[in-house]
Amino acid sequence: MNERTVTRAQLSEAVYQEVGLSRNESADLVETILNEISDALSRGETVKISSFGSFFVRQKGERIGRNPKTGEEVPIRPRRVLVFRASHVLKNRVNDANGASA
Amino acid sequence: MTKSELIMRIGELNPHLFHRDVERIVTTIFDEISAALARGDRVELRGFGAFSVKQRDARLGRNPRTGDSVSVASKVIPFFKTGKQLRERLNGGEV
Repeated sequence: MNERTVTRAQLSEAVYQEVGLSRNESADLVETILNEISDALSRGETVKISSFGSFFVRQKGERIGRNPKTGEEVPIRPRRVLVFRASHVLKNRVNDANGASA
Repeated sequence: MTKSELIMRIGELNPHLFHRDVERIVTTIFDEISAALARGDRVELRGFGAFSVKQRDARLGRNPRTGDSVSVASKVIPFFKTGKQLRERLNGGEV
């Protein structure tokens, strides 16, 4: 598998090719969309994108962790973490493409 | 928030755009991410997070109801790791 990395630049380019706005405006829109999703998640909302997946915010309780280097016990504060669950459509798409060569 | 609510919100923020264009923009972005994952590529969106695919080996599973063992083929699953900035934002900006 020859792995490459896709970034905001490629997403903006795709929007530019698809919709015919300026490159600048396309880049701004990509940013706005990521921002709106982040805002909703910060409010604790679930974000569901059909045929892609859902982002959930999960509350984690406090627990005792350990500094792996020193072995010292340190409390891990209660915190909120983000979980992504891919939809079946995305799982199937990824598997059909990569699975055969695995 | 659903995809259609996201589209509505982006439309409100960009009143000069046609609704169908906003729809295409949002769809294009998620399609592009899906296509990259299907190629086995990584998608890195600094501050937001990174999507990648992970290989799961074939294993012997069990039917939880009957206890029969069944072989589960190896598969590839999409994976998301939250970016540092978003992780901090979820926790009220503290580190």
